[in-house]
Amino acid sequence: MAVPYSPQEIVETIRMVQMENLDIRTITMGVSLRDCAHQDLETAAQKAYDKICRLAGRLVAVGDEIEREYGIPIVNKRISVTPVALIGEASGAAPDRYVRFAEYLDRAAGEVGVNFLGGYSALVHKGATPGDRALIASIPEALAVTERVCASVNVGTTRAGINMDAVADMGRVVTEAARLTADRDGIGCAKLVAFCNAVDDNPFMAGAFHGIGEPDCVVNVGVSGPGVVMNVVQQVPDAPFGELAAAIKNTAFKITRMGELVGRAASRKLGVPFGIVDLSLAPTPAYGDSVARILEAMGLERVGAHGSTAALALLNDAVKKGGAMASGYVGGLSGAFIPVSEDAGMIEAASMGAITFDKLEAMTAVCSVGLDMIAVPGDTPAETIAAVIADEAAIGMINRKTTAVRLVPAPGKGVGDFVEFGGLLGRAPVMALNPHSSAAFVRRGGRIPAPLQALNN
Amino acid sequence: MPGTTESNRIIVTVIGADRVGIIAGVSAVLADAGANIVDISQTTLREFFTMILMADMSQASVSFDELKRRLATKGEEMGVRIDAQHEDVFKYMHRV
Repeated sequence: MAVPYSPQEIVETIRMVQMENLDIRTITMGVSLRDCAHQDLETAAQKAYDKICRLAGRLVAVGDEIEREYGIPIVNKRISVTPVALIGEASGAAPDRYVRFAEYLDRAAGEVGVNFLGGYSALVHKGATPGDRALIASIPEALAVTERVCASVNVGTTRAGINMDAVADMGRVVTEAARLTADRDGIGCAKLVAFCNAVDDNPFMAGAFHGIGEPDCVVNVGVSGPGVVMNVVQQVPDAPFGELAAAIKNTAFKITRMGELVGRAASRKLGVPFGIVDLSLAPTPAYGDSVARILEAMGLERVGAHGSTAALALLNDAVKKGGAMASGYVGGLSGAFIPVSEDAGMIEAASMGAITFDKLEAMTAVCSVGLDMIAVPGDTPAETIAAVIADEAAIGMINRKTTAVRLVPAPGKGVGDFVEFGGLLGRAPVMALNPHSSAAFVRRGGRIPAPLQALNN
Repeated sequence: MPGTTESNRIIVTVIGADRVGIIAGVSAVLADAGANIVDISQTTLREFFTMILMADMSQASVSFDELKRRLATKGEEMGVRIDAQHEDVFKYMHRV
Protein backbone atom coordinates (compact mmCIF):
# COMPACT_ATOMS: atom_id res chain seq x y z
CA MET A 1 0.00 0.00 0.00
CA ALA A 2 1.36 3.39 -0.99
CA VAL A 3 1.59 6.35 1.37
CA PRO A 4 -1.68 8.14 0.64
CA TYR A 5 -0.20 11.63 1.11
CA SER A 6 2.21 13.52 -1.10
CA PRO A 7 5.62 14.46 0.27
CA GLN A 8 4.60 18.11 -0.06
CA GLU A 9 1.56 17.55 2.15
CA ILE A 10 3.57 15.74 4.77
CA VAL A 11 6.33 18.32 4.84
CA GLU A 12 3.75 21.14 4.96
CA THR A 13 2.22 19.68 8.11
CA ILE A 14 5.57 19.19 9.77
CA ARG A 15 6.61 22.73 8.88
CA MET A 16 3.43 24.23 10.31
CA VAL A 17 3.99 22.58 13.66
CA GLN A 18 7.74 22.91 13.95
CA MET A 19 8.49 26.25 12.35
CA GLU A 20 5.29 28.26 12.30
CA ASN A 21 3.94 27.71 15.81
CA LEU A 22 0.79 25.84 14.81
CA ASP A 23 -0.61 24.71 18.09
CA ILE A 24 -3.76 23.79 19.87
CA ARG A 25 -3.98 26.82 22.10
CA THR A 26 -6.36 25.29 24.56
CA ILE A 27 -8.53 22.34 25.40
CA THR A 28 -11.18 23.86 27.63
CA MET A 29 -13.56 21.70 29.61
CA GLY A 30 -16.89 23.36 30.30
CA VAL A 31 -18.41 22.27 33.60
CA SER A 32 -21.94 23.14 34.68
CA LEU A 33 -22.19 24.17 38.33
CA ARG A 34 -25.96 24.44 38.26
CA ASP A 35 -26.33 21.40 40.53
CA CYS A 36 -23.99 23.02 43.07
CA ALA A 37 -26.27 25.88 44.18
CA HIS A 38 -26.93 25.87 47.93
CA GLN A 39 -28.32 28.20 50.59
CA ASP A 40 -24.91 28.20 52.17
CA LEU A 41 -22.38 29.64 49.74
CA GLU A 42 -19.44 27.79 51.25
CA THR A 43 -21.28 24.47 50.78
CA ALA A 44 -21.97 25.46 47.17
CA ALA A 45 -18.28 26.28 46.70
CA GLN A 46 -17.28 22.92 48.17
CA LYS A 47 -19.68 21.15 45.80
CA ALA A 48 -18.23 23.10 42.86
CA TYR A 49 -14.71 22.17 43.95
CA ASP A 50 -15.63 18.49 44.18
CA LYS A 51 -17.36 18.46 40.82
CA ILE A 52 -14.51 20.21 39.00
CA CYS A 53 -11.93 17.87 40.50
CA ARG A 54 -14.05 14.85 39.59
CA LEU A 55 -14.79 15.80 35.98
CA ALA A 56 -11.51 17.52 35.09
CA GLY A 57 -9.19 15.25 37.05
CA ARG A 58 -7.84 13.63 33.87
CA LEU A 59 -7.98 16.72 31.63
CA VAL A 60 -4.30 17.58 31.81
CA ALA A 61 -3.14 13.97 31.46
CA VAL A 62 -5.38 13.45 28.43
CA GLY A 63 -4.14 16.69 26.86
CA ASP A 64 -0.55 15.57 27.32
CA GLU A 65 -1.37 12.16 25.90
CA ILE A 66 -2.92 13.67 22.75
CA GLU A 67 0.06 15.98 22.37
CA ARG A 68 2.41 13.02 22.40
CA GLU A 69 0.25 10.89 20.15
CA TYR A 70 -0.22 13.46 17.39
CA GLY A 71 2.90 15.52 17.85
CA ILE A 72 0.93 18.79 18.02
CA PRO A 73 1.63 21.05 20.99
CA ILE A 74 -1.36 21.59 23.24
CA VAL A 75 -0.38 24.75 25.04
CA ASN A 76 -3.11 25.09 27.68
CA LYS A 77 -5.71 23.02 29.41
CA ARG A 78 -8.42 25.11 30.99
CA ILE A 79 -11.82 25.00 32.62
CA SER A 80 -14.90 27.13 32.19
CA VAL A 81 -17.82 27.02 34.62
CA THR A 82 -21.38 28.29 34.81
CA PRO A 83 -21.41 32.02 35.61
CA VAL A 84 -20.88 31.94 39.36
CA ALA A 85 -23.48 34.66 40.00
CA LEU A 86 -26.16 32.15 38.95
CA ILE A 87 -24.90 29.60 41.46
CA GLY A 88 -24.31 32.01 44.32
CA GLU A 89 -27.70 33.70 44.05
CA ALA A 90 -29.52 31.14 46.23
CA SER A 91 -27.27 31.93 49.19
CA GLY A 92 -28.05 35.63 49.39
CA ALA A 93 -24.44 36.02 50.52
CA ALA A 94 -22.49 39.28 50.75
CA PRO A 95 -19.61 40.07 48.33
CA ASP A 96 -16.87 39.03 50.76
CA ARG A 97 -18.38 35.54 50.90
CA TYR A 98 -18.21 35.33 47.09
CA VAL A 99 -14.46 35.82 47.31
CA ARG A 100 -14.37 32.53 49.24
CA PHE A 101 -16.10 30.88 46.27
CA ALA A 102 -13.35 32.22 44.00
CA GLU A 103 -10.75 30.73 46.34
CA TYR A 104 -12.39 27.31 46.08
CA LEU A 105 -12.35 27.60 42.28
CA ASP A 106 -8.70 28.63 42.36
CA ARG A 107 -7.84 25.60 44.48
CA ALA A 108 -9.79 23.30 42.15
CA ALA A 109 -7.92 24.69 39.13
CA GLY A 110 -4.62 24.17 40.96
CA GLU A 111 -5.64 20.66 42.01
CA VAL A 112 -6.36 19.50 38.45
CA GLY A 113 -3.35 21.39 37.06
CA VAL A 114 -4.96 23.96 34.73
CA ASN A 115 -3.54 27.49 34.49
CA PHE A 116 -6.85 29.36 34.18
CA LEU A 117 -10.46 28.80 35.13
CA GLY A 118 -13.09 31.12 33.66
CA GLY A 119 -16.64 31.78 34.75
CA TYR A 120 -16.42 34.06 37.76
CA SER A 121 -19.06 35.86 35.81
CA ALA A 122 -22.40 37.59 35.71
CA LEU A 123 -24.81 38.13 32.81
CA VAL A 124 -26.42 41.50 33.41
CA HIS A 125 -27.17 42.83 29.93
CA LYS A 126 -30.74 43.75 30.84
CA GLY A 127 -30.43 44.15 34.58
CA ALA A 128 -28.74 42.79 37.69
CA THR A 129 -30.12 40.62 40.49
CA PRO A 130 -28.81 40.89 44.08
CA GLY A 131 -26.57 37.87 43.37
CA ASP A 132 -25.17 39.52 40.25
CA ARG A 133 -24.44 42.71 42.19
CA ALA A 134 -22.70 40.81 44.99
CA LEU A 135 -20.54 38.92 42.53
CA ILE A 136 -19.58 42.01 40.54
CA ALA A 137 -18.69 43.86 43.74
CA SER A 138 -16.46 40.96 44.77
CA ILE A 139 -14.51 40.76 41.49
CA PRO A 140 -11.56 43.07 42.34
CA GLU A 141 -10.73 41.24 45.54
CA ALA A 142 -11.41 37.82 44.01
CA LEU A 143 -8.90 38.56 41.23
CA ALA A 144 -6.36 39.91 43.71
CA VAL A 145 -6.41 36.91 46.05
CA THR A 146 -6.58 34.17 43.40
CA GLU A 147 -4.14 33.27 40.70
CA ARG A 148 -6.10 31.31 38.11
CA VAL A 149 -9.67 32.57 38.31
CA CYS A 150 -10.90 34.74 35.42
CA ALA A 151 -13.93 37.02 35.64
CA SER A 152 -16.25 38.39 32.99
CA VAL A 153 -19.44 40.43 32.93
CA ASN A 154 -21.82 40.64 29.99
CA VAL A 155 -23.13 44.21 29.95
CA GLY A 156 -25.05 44.27 26.70
CA THR A 157 -26.60 42.30 23.86
CA THR A 158 -28.09 43.18 20.51
CA ARG A 159 -31.49 42.03 21.75
CA ALA A 160 -31.41 43.70 25.17
CA GLY A 161 -29.40 46.85 24.60
CA ILE A 162 -26.68 48.01 26.99
CA ASN A 163 -27.06 48.05 30.75
CA MET A 164 -25.34 51.34 31.49
CA ASP A 165 -25.58 50.85 35.26
CA ALA A 166 -23.50 47.71 34.84
CA VAL A 167 -21.14 49.57 32.52
CA ALA A 168 -20.61 52.25 35.18
CA ASP A 169 -20.02 49.51 37.78
CA MET A 170 -17.44 47.88 35.52
CA GLY A 171 -15.54 51.15 35.22
CA ARG A 172 -15.15 51.09 39.00
CA VAL A 173 -14.46 47.33 39.13
CA VAL A 174 -11.62 47.61 36.58
CA THR A 175 -10.13 50.57 38.45
CA GLU A 176 -10.33 48.76 41.78
CA ALA A 177 -8.92 45.51 40.33
CA ALA A 178 -5.89 47.48 39.15
CA ARG A 179 -5.50 49.16 42.54
CA LEU A 180 -5.61 45.87 44.46
CA THR A 181 -2.92 44.37 42.20
CA ALA A 182 -0.84 47.56 41.92
CA ASP A 183 2.29 45.69 43.02
CA ARG A 184 2.02 43.54 39.87
CA ASP A 185 1.26 46.29 37.31
CA GLY A 186 -2.49 45.79 37.75
CA ILE A 187 -2.47 42.17 36.55
CA GLY A 188 -5.92 41.61 38.08
CA CYS A 189 -7.34 43.48 35.07
CA ALA A 190 -5.73 40.97 32.68
CA LYS A 191 -8.16 38.41 34.12
CA LEU A 192 -11.26 40.57 33.70
CA VAL A 193 -13.42 41.08 30.60
CA ALA A 194 -16.49 43.23 29.98
CA PHE A 195 -18.52 41.75 27.12
CA CYS A 196 -21.31 42.64 24.76
CA ASN A 197 -22.94 39.60 23.13
CA ALA A 198 -20.77 37.13 25.10
CA VAL A 199 -20.80 33.59 23.71
CA ASP A 200 -21.59 30.45 25.70
CA ASP A 201 -18.85 28.20 24.34
CA ASN A 202 -15.74 30.36 24.09
CA PRO A 203 -12.70 28.26 25.07
CA PHE A 204 -10.32 31.25 25.28
CA MET A 205 -9.44 33.11 28.47
CA ALA A 206 -10.04 35.40 30.17
CA GLY A 207 -13.61 35.49 28.82
CA ALA A 208 -14.55 31.80 28.91
CA PHE A 209 -17.62 30.68 30.82
CA HIS A 210 -19.91 27.68 30.49
CA GLY A 211 -23.18 29.06 29.13
CA ILE A 212 -26.59 28.24 30.50
CA GLY A 213 -27.72 26.30 27.41
CA GLU A 214 -24.71 23.99 27.58
CA PRO A 215 -24.68 20.34 28.70
CA ASP A 216 -23.38 19.21 32.10
CA CYS A 217 -19.86 18.83 30.77
CA VAL A 218 -18.33 19.52 27.35
CA VAL A 219 -14.95 19.79 25.69
CA ASN A 220 -14.19 22.82 23.48
CA VAL A 221 -10.99 23.32 21.57
CA GLY A 222 -9.25 26.59 20.68
CA VAL A 223 -6.81 26.46 17.78
CA SER A 224 -4.34 29.14 16.91
CA GLY A 225 -1.63 29.68 14.32
CA PRO A 226 -0.89 33.27 13.29
CA GLY A 227 2.56 32.11 12.14
CA VAL A 228 1.09 29.64 9.67
CA VAL A 229 -1.19 32.31 8.21
CA MET A 230 1.63 34.84 8.01
CA ASN A 231 3.70 32.35 6.06
CA VAL A 232 1.02 31.88 3.37
CA VAL A 233 0.45 35.61 3.15
CA GLN A 234 4.17 36.09 2.59
CA GLN A 235 4.05 33.50 -0.18
CA VAL A 236 1.62 35.61 -2.24
CA PRO A 237 3.18 39.09 -1.96
CA ASP A 238 1.64 40.56 -5.10
CA ALA A 239 -1.57 38.56 -5.33
CA PRO A 240 -4.86 40.43 -5.70
CA PHE A 241 -7.23 40.27 -2.73
CA GLY A 242 -9.35 37.37 -3.97
CA GLU A 243 -6.28 35.18 -4.19
CA LEU A 244 -4.99 36.41 -0.85
CA ALA A 245 -8.31 35.60 0.83
CA ALA A 246 -8.35 32.14 -0.78
CA ALA A 247 -4.84 31.40 0.46
CA ILE A 248 -5.79 32.35 4.04
CA LYS A 249 -9.02 30.38 3.82
CA ASN A 250 -7.25 27.22 2.70
CA THR A 251 -4.78 27.49 5.55
CA ALA A 252 -7.49 28.23 8.09
CA PHE A 253 -9.19 25.06 6.92
CA LYS A 254 -6.10 22.96 7.56
CA ILE A 255 -5.46 24.47 10.97
CA THR A 256 -9.05 23.93 12.05
CA ARG A 257 -8.89 20.29 10.98
CA MET A 258 -6.22 19.81 13.64
CA GLY A 259 -8.62 21.23 16.20
CA GLU A 260 -11.30 18.84 15.02
CA LEU A 261 -8.90 15.91 15.35
CA VAL A 262 -7.80 16.92 18.83
CA GLY A 263 -11.33 17.75 19.98
CA ARG A 264 -12.67 14.37 18.92
CA ALA A 265 -9.75 12.58 20.55
CA ALA A 266 -10.18 14.53 23.79
CA SER A 267 -13.91 13.90 23.80
CA ARG A 268 -13.42 10.16 23.30
CA LYS A 269 -10.67 9.82 25.89
CA LEU A 270 -12.50 11.88 28.52
CA GLY A 271 -15.92 10.40 27.79
CA VAL A 272 -17.33 13.93 27.50
CA PRO A 273 -19.27 15.38 24.54
CA PHE A 274 -17.34 17.42 22.00
CA GLY A 275 -18.62 20.98 21.88
CA ILE A 276 -16.94 23.20 19.31
CA VAL A 277 -13.70 24.12 17.62
CA ASP A 278 -12.82 27.79 17.86
CA LEU A 279 -10.23 28.86 15.31
CA SER A 280 -8.99 32.15 16.64
CA LEU A 281 -5.70 33.60 15.53
CA ALA A 282 -4.51 34.29 19.04
CA PRO A 283 -1.09 35.89 19.09
CA THR A 284 1.57 35.32 21.71
CA PRO A 285 4.64 37.45 22.36
CA ALA A 286 6.75 34.70 20.74
CA TYR A 287 8.57 35.50 17.50
CA GLY A 288 6.44 34.72 14.44
CA ASP A 289 3.21 34.37 16.42
CA SER A 290 1.77 37.79 15.66
CA VAL A 291 -1.49 38.91 14.04
CA ALA A 292 -0.03 42.39 13.48
CA ARG A 293 2.67 40.86 11.32
CA ILE A 294 0.03 39.20 9.11
CA LEU A 295 -1.54 42.59 8.43
CA GLU A 296 1.90 44.02 7.72
CA ALA A 297 2.67 41.12 5.37
CA MET A 298 -0.42 42.15 3.40
CA GLY A 299 1.36 45.38 2.52
CA LEU A 300 1.01 47.77 5.44
CA GLU A 301 4.21 49.42 6.62
CA ARG A 302 2.98 49.13 10.20
CA VAL A 303 -0.19 47.86 11.75
CA GLY A 304 -2.27 50.94 12.49
CA ALA A 305 -1.62 52.48 9.07
CA HIS A 306 -4.71 53.36 7.03
CA GLY A 307 -5.91 50.13 5.48
CA SER A 308 -5.45 48.16 8.74
CA THR A 309 -9.20 47.86 9.30
CA ALA A 310 -9.76 46.58 5.77
CA ALA A 311 -6.86 44.13 6.08
CA LEU A 312 -8.21 42.82 9.39
CA ALA A 313 -11.73 42.49 7.96
CA LEU A 314 -10.40 40.34 5.12
CA LEU A 315 -8.31 38.25 7.50
CA ASN A 316 -11.09 37.70 10.01
CA ASP A 317 -13.62 36.70 7.38
CA ALA A 318 -11.24 34.37 5.51
CA VAL A 319 -10.36 32.65 8.78
CA LYS A 320 -14.05 32.14 9.59
CA LYS A 321 -14.84 30.81 6.11
CA GLY A 322 -11.99 28.30 6.17
CA GLY A 323 -12.80 27.25 9.72
CA ALA A 324 -16.51 26.82 9.08
CA MET A 325 -15.83 24.29 6.34
CA ALA A 326 -13.33 22.32 8.38
CA SER A 327 -15.27 21.42 11.47
CA GLY A 328 -18.69 19.99 12.11
CA TYR A 329 -19.12 22.44 14.96
CA VAL A 330 -17.40 25.75 14.72
CA GLY A 331 -18.20 28.07 17.60
CA GLY A 332 -16.73 30.30 20.23
CA LEU A 333 -15.29 33.54 18.92
CA SER A 334 -13.55 32.27 15.75
CA GLY A 335 -11.59 35.00 14.01
CA ALA A 336 -8.55 37.13 14.74
CA PHE A 337 -7.67 38.55 18.16
CA ILE A 338 -5.85 41.86 18.35
CA PRO A 339 -4.51 42.12 21.90
CA VAL A 340 -1.71 44.62 22.30
CA SER A 341 0.48 43.19 25.07
CA GLU A 342 0.39 39.64 23.69
CA ASP A 343 1.50 40.47 20.15
CA ALA A 344 5.09 41.47 19.33
CA GLY A 345 4.03 43.43 16.23
CA MET A 346 1.34 45.32 18.14
CA ILE A 347 3.74 46.17 20.96
CA GLU A 348 6.20 47.57 18.46
CA ALA A 349 3.55 49.57 16.57
CA ALA A 350 2.07 50.94 19.79
CA SER A 351 5.49 51.89 21.15
CA MET A 352 6.35 53.93 18.06
CA GLY A 353 2.89 55.51 17.85
CA ALA A 354 1.96 53.75 14.61
CA ILE A 355 -1.21 52.42 16.17
CA THR A 356 -3.40 54.46 18.49
CA PHE A 357 -6.24 53.60 20.83
CA ASP A 358 -8.80 55.04 18.42
CA LYS A 359 -7.51 52.94 15.51
CA LEU A 360 -7.68 49.85 17.70
CA GLU A 361 -11.29 50.68 18.49
CA ALA A 362 -12.08 50.99 14.79
CA MET A 363 -10.42 47.63 14.13
CA THR A 364 -12.55 45.95 16.78
CA ALA A 365 -15.60 46.58 14.58
CA VAL A 366 -14.26 43.88 12.24
CA CYS A 367 -12.08 41.66 14.46
CA SER A 368 -13.35 38.71 16.42
CA VAL A 369 -13.54 40.36 19.84
CA GLY A 370 -12.45 43.76 21.05
CA LEU A 371 -10.12 46.12 22.89
CA ASP A 372 -7.81 43.60 24.43
CA MET A 373 -4.89 43.83 26.82
CA ILE A 374 -4.34 47.54 26.39
CA ALA A 375 -2.48 49.40 29.12
CA VAL A 376 -3.83 52.87 29.83
CA PRO A 377 -2.69 55.52 32.34
CA GLY A 378 -3.13 54.52 35.98
CA ASP A 379 -4.94 57.74 36.83
CA THR A 380 -7.69 57.20 34.22
CA PRO A 381 -11.04 58.03 35.86
CA ALA A 382 -13.43 55.08 36.34
CA GLU A 383 -16.01 56.96 34.25
CA THR A 384 -13.61 57.06 31.30
CA ILE A 385 -13.04 53.29 31.54
CA ALA A 386 -16.81 52.86 31.67
CA ALA A 387 -17.22 55.06 28.62
CA VAL A 388 -14.67 52.96 26.71
CA ILE A 389 -16.70 49.88 27.64
CA ALA A 390 -19.89 51.63 26.49
CA ASP A 391 -18.35 52.51 23.10
CA GLU A 392 -17.13 48.99 22.58
CA ALA A 393 -20.44 47.45 23.66
CA ALA A 394 -22.21 49.79 21.22
CA ILE A 395 -20.06 48.46 18.36
CA GLY A 396 -20.99 44.91 19.32
CA MET A 397 -24.67 45.68 19.87
CA ILE A 398 -25.16 47.41 16.53
CA ASN A 399 -23.05 44.97 14.51
CA ARG A 400 -24.54 41.84 16.14
CA LYS A 401 -21.12 40.58 17.15
CA THR A 402 -19.21 39.84 20.30
CA THR A 403 -17.12 42.72 21.56
CA ALA A 404 -15.14 42.95 24.75
CA VAL A 405 -12.90 45.23 26.74
CA ARG A 406 -9.87 44.14 28.73
CA LEU A 407 -8.04 47.30 29.77
CA VAL A 408 -5.31 47.60 32.34
CA PRO A 409 -5.09 51.02 33.99
CA ALA A 410 -1.45 50.63 35.00
CA PRO A 411 -1.04 51.84 38.58
CA GLY A 412 1.39 54.72 38.91
CA LYS A 413 2.23 54.73 35.21
CA GLY A 414 1.61 57.19 32.40
CA VAL A 415 1.80 57.31 28.62
CA GLY A 416 5.12 55.95 27.38
CA ASP A 417 5.77 53.76 30.42
CA PHE A 418 5.66 49.99 30.04
CA VAL A 419 3.76 47.35 31.98
CA GLU A 420 5.33 43.92 32.25
CA PHE A 421 3.13 40.88 32.89
CA GLY A 422 5.48 38.22 31.61
CA GLY A 423 4.62 34.92 29.98
CA LEU A 424 1.69 34.76 27.55
CA LEU A 425 0.31 38.06 28.84
CA GLY A 426 3.40 39.87 27.60
CA ARG A 427 4.23 43.55 27.99
CA ALA A 428 2.64 46.75 26.74
CA PRO A 429 3.30 50.46 26.41
CA VAL A 430 0.76 52.64 28.23
CA MET A 431 -1.43 54.19 25.52
CA ALA A 432 -3.13 57.56 25.65
CA LEU A 433 -6.90 57.86 26.06
CA ASN A 434 -8.93 60.90 25.15
CA PRO A 435 -8.42 63.30 28.10
CA HIS A 436 -11.90 64.83 28.00
CA SER A 437 -14.45 63.73 30.57
CA SER A 438 -17.32 61.29 29.92
CA ALA A 439 -18.48 61.40 33.55
CA ALA A 440 -21.81 63.15 33.06
CA PHE A 441 -22.71 60.77 30.24
CA VAL A 442 -21.90 57.67 32.28
CA ARG A 443 -23.74 59.00 35.37
CA ARG A 444 -27.09 59.03 33.58
CA GLY A 445 -27.54 55.35 34.35
CA GLY A 446 -30.32 53.11 33.05
CA ARG A 447 -30.21 51.26 29.76
CA ILE A 448 -29.38 52.09 26.18
CA PRO A 449 -32.38 50.59 24.36
CA ALA A 450 -31.99 47.60 22.04
CA PRO A 451 -31.40 48.69 18.45
CA LEU A 452 -33.70 48.16 15.50
CA GLN A 453 -33.02 44.97 13.63
CA ALA A 454 -34.28 46.39 10.37
CA LEU A 455 -33.51 49.54 8.35
CA ASN A 456 -29.81 48.64 8.53
CA ASN A 457 -27.60 51.29 7.09
CA MET B 1 0.53 2.64 21.20
CA PRO B 2 -2.06 4.83 19.56
CA GLY B 3 -4.52 1.99 19.95
CA THR B 4 -7.58 4.10 20.73
CA THR B 5 -7.35 6.10 17.52
CA GLU B 6 -8.81 5.34 14.15
CA SER B 7 -5.74 3.69 12.63
CA ASN B 8 -2.48 2.35 13.95
CA ARG B 9 -0.39 3.75 11.16
CA ILE B 10 2.33 6.30 11.57
CA ILE B 11 4.23 8.43 9.09
CA VAL B 12 7.97 8.66 9.60
CA THR B 13 9.78 11.48 7.82
CA VAL B 14 13.54 11.71 7.42
CA ILE B 15 14.92 15.02 6.20
CA GLY B 16 18.60 15.84 5.69
CA ALA B 17 21.60 15.27 3.49
CA ASP B 18 21.55 11.93 1.65
CA ARG B 19 24.08 9.35 2.76
CA VAL B 20 24.60 5.61 2.82
CA GLY B 21 22.62 3.65 5.36
CA ILE B 22 19.70 5.95 6.16
CA ILE B 23 17.01 3.50 5.09
CA ALA B 24 18.83 0.63 6.82
CA GLY B 25 19.19 2.64 10.03
CA VAL B 26 15.55 3.69 10.18
CA SER B 27 14.18 0.28 9.26
CA ALA B 28 16.32 -1.37 11.92
CA VAL B 29 14.77 0.88 14.59
CA LEU B 30 11.27 0.09 13.32
CA ALA B 31 11.95 -3.65 13.09
CA ASP B 32 13.26 -3.69 16.67
CA ALA B 33 10.07 -2.02 17.78
CA GLY B 34 7.87 -4.49 15.91
CA ALA B 35 6.51 -1.78 13.61
CA ASN B 36 5.76 -3.12 10.15
CA ILE B 37 6.85 -0.93 7.24
CA VAL B 38 3.95 -0.55 4.82
CA ASP B 39 5.57 1.70 2.24
CA ILE B 40 8.67 3.80 1.64
CA SER B 41 9.13 6.63 -0.80
CA GLN B 42 11.94 9.08 -1.23
CA THR B 43 12.26 12.34 -3.00
CA THR B 44 14.20 15.56 -2.94
CA LEU B 45 12.23 18.55 -1.67
CA ARG B 46 14.05 21.78 -2.30
CA GLU B 47 17.64 20.64 -1.79
CA PHE B 48 16.91 18.14 0.96
CA PHE B 49 16.71 14.41 0.78
CA THR B 50 13.33 13.41 2.12
CA MET B 51 12.32 9.88 2.93
CA ILE B 52 8.74 9.16 3.86
CA LEU B 53 7.81 5.89 5.37
CA MET B 54 4.48 4.56 6.54
CA ALA B 55 4.46 1.91 9.25
CA ASP B 56 1.81 -0.09 11.04
CA MET B 57 2.04 -0.08 14.82
CA SER B 58 -0.67 -2.64 15.54
CA GLN B 59 1.86 -5.39 16.38
CA ALA B 60 4.40 -3.03 17.92
CA SER B 61 6.17 -4.07 21.10
CA VAL B 62 6.92 -0.52 22.28
CA SER B 63 4.82 2.60 22.74
CA PHE B 64 4.67 5.32 20.09
CA ASP B 65 6.44 7.63 22.52
CA GLU B 66 9.30 5.21 22.93
CA LEU B 67 9.56 4.65 19.18
CA LYS B 68 9.73 8.40 18.57
CA ARG B 69 12.50 8.68 21.12
CA ARG B 70 14.49 5.89 19.47
CA LEU B 71 14.01 7.39 16.02
CA ALA B 72 15.16 10.81 17.23
CA THR B 73 18.30 9.25 18.74
CA LYS B 74 19.00 7.40 15.50
CA GLY B 75 18.50 10.65 13.56
CA GLU B 76 21.08 12.41 15.70
CA GLU B 77 23.54 9.58 15.08
CA MET B 78 23.07 9.84 11.32
CA GLY B 79 22.93 13.63 11.17
CA VAL B 80 19.37 13.77 9.81
CA ARG B 81 16.08 14.87 11.27
CA ILE B 82 13.53 12.13 11.89
CA ASP B 83 9.91 12.89 12.77
CA ALA B 84 7.13 10.43 13.43
CA GLN B 85 3.49 11.38 13.56
CA HIS B 86 0.25 9.54 13.68
CA GLU B 87 -1.37 9.13 10.27
CA ASP B 88 -4.60 10.81 11.47
CA VAL B 89 -2.79 14.15 11.59
CA PHE B 90 -2.21 14.06 7.83
CA LYS B 91 -5.58 12.51 7.08
CA TYR B 92 -7.40 15.29 8.91
CA MET B 93 -5.35 18.10 7.49
CA HIS B 94 -5.23 17.05 3.85
CA ARG B 95 -8.29 14.88 3.22
CA VAL B 96 -11.92 15.74 3.77
